[in-house]
Amino acid sequence: MFQNFDFGVVASSLPYLFGQGMVFTLTLTALAATGGVVFGTLLAMMRLSGVPGLWHAAKLYVELMRSLPLVLVIFWFYFLVPYIGAWMTGSPNPIQVGAFTSALITFTLFEAAYFAEIMRAGIQSIPKGQTAAAQALGMGYAQTMRLVVLPQAFRNMLPLLLTQTIVLFQDTSLVYVLSLTDFLGAASKVAQRDGRLVEMYLFAALVYFAVCLAASFLVRRLQARVAIIR
Amino acid sequence: MTDSPITGSTATPAPAAAAQAAPSDSGLQPGTLIEPARQRAPGTAMIAIDAISKWYGDFRVLHECTTAVAKGEVVVVCGPSGSGKSTLIKCVNALEPFQKGQITVDGTKIADKATNLPKLRSRVGMVFQHFELFPHLSITDNLTIAQRKVLGRPKEEAHKRGLDLLARVGLSAHAKKFPGQLSGGQQQRVAIARALAMNPVVMLFDEPTSALDPEMVGEVLDVMVELAREGMTMMVVTHEMGFARKVADRVIFMDQGEIVEDAGKDDFFGKPRSERAQTFLSKILQH
Repeated sequence: MFQNFDFGVVASSLPYLFGQGMVFTLTLTALAATGGVVFGTLLAMMRLSGVPGLWHAAKLYVELMRSLPLVLVIFWFYFLVPYIGAWMTGSPNPIQVGAFTSALITFTLFEAAYFAEIMRAGIQSIPKGQTAAAQALGMGYAQTMRLVVLPQAFRNMLPLLLTQTIVLFQDTSLVYVLSLTDFLGAASKVAQRDGRLVEMYLFAALVYFAVCLAASFLVRRLQARVAIIR
Repeated sequence: MTDSPITGSTATPAPAAAAQAAPSDSGLQPGTLIEPARQRAPGTAMIAIDAISKWYGDFRVLHECTTAVAKGEVVVVCGPSGSGKSTLIKCVNALEPFQKGQITVDGTKIADKATNLPKLRSRVGMVFQHFELFPHLSITDNLTIAQRKVLGRPKEEAHKRGLDLLARVGLSAHAKKFPGQLSGGQQQRVAIARALAMNPVVMLFDEPTSALDPEMVGEVLDVMVELAREGMTMMVVTHEMGFARKVADRVIFMDQGEIVEDAGKDDFFGKPRSERAQTFLSKILQH
């Protein structure tokens, strides 16, 4: 069955696939995940703040983002961000931010909604008594969150956060709609150019599988290391 | 003047003679009445609770509760579950808001909008039923985090004070461990040391032994008895009537959100006036 396969095409395109494609994928994943966690924490704290305005705004945002297909959001932001930029800077013309920046903003904002829900669950999983103990020692809200609640919540959430990041790693392949070249996009280009679709897509699938499997393994190892002794 | 060994505070000095009369390592016998030695300063209320009421929606949890704890006094609060005793003690450091009345702690009014609550709380030690040590921090960090981040003490000073107190509660060997590695009784002793590290003017105990296995109750009560003997002002919600007999000056009995009885220890145990207190005592002293 494999006699017609030419895996030489894979070998010869490795520098391009990894040097450009995979670097792009990993960069986008890392930046979007970092931004998503920061913004997501903020959203989660807004939702838990009990301040009606903040609570509603965060809830609306999270519900909206989670109801839309990611591809739609990517398109939407790609066309919208230049106009928002123009509106914010008062420029008469749309500000061209470039496809990468647009994609980064999109993934950050989109993932933040998912991270926020993970955070919210994580923060709520910390017993009320811990907050009370921190307050009883004289800590204010910010100190209570920073020193007591969030460090514990992060440990509890770590597996979910990283699993969500693995999903993000796969989702970044959707940037092809903006003509950006991630790992899958690079494989796709080579496949089309050399007419070796089966080999390239098979290889790409293998790489995604290997990366995600390794990441899941690392998550479990990390989880065991940072777990709180109870 | 010698600093008291546990409190390390000169605010509530224990007279030297009294310290000799009540050595800290005395084998404590249940039921013996050892008159607590401390400097009483009549009229200077450390905690003044003035007609406070609290509702959860329509449900009244506290009704017109009024009492006071003088400097150096040990007051035990008891009562059936749901009587509001835990809620009352949590009102004292404003962990629970109340709708009516006023509580004054060491001259600071809690219900005053201008009051800096975190600052006030940093001077009021609290020990919880479920210990509430921070599980992600080592014992040492548990003892020092608030000293450093709230009081702004230098690291070395906080360390020294934390480890001194850890030694006082007999747990020096566990400084590098995490709370989850200690028994309940040990955790509660660390929690007491953590509260004391802040040099509190008063200590609140909210059922400190209720979550403990029976064989661990003693070690925690021993620390509390010693603390009481050193002259710490204490408000203790507990069912440990042995503890109350041993060190309490006054006993407050609560039922259905009201302070039903507020009497000196001997009066309370000798001849409780209210029927409800009599029933309660007969129930818990039966076994």
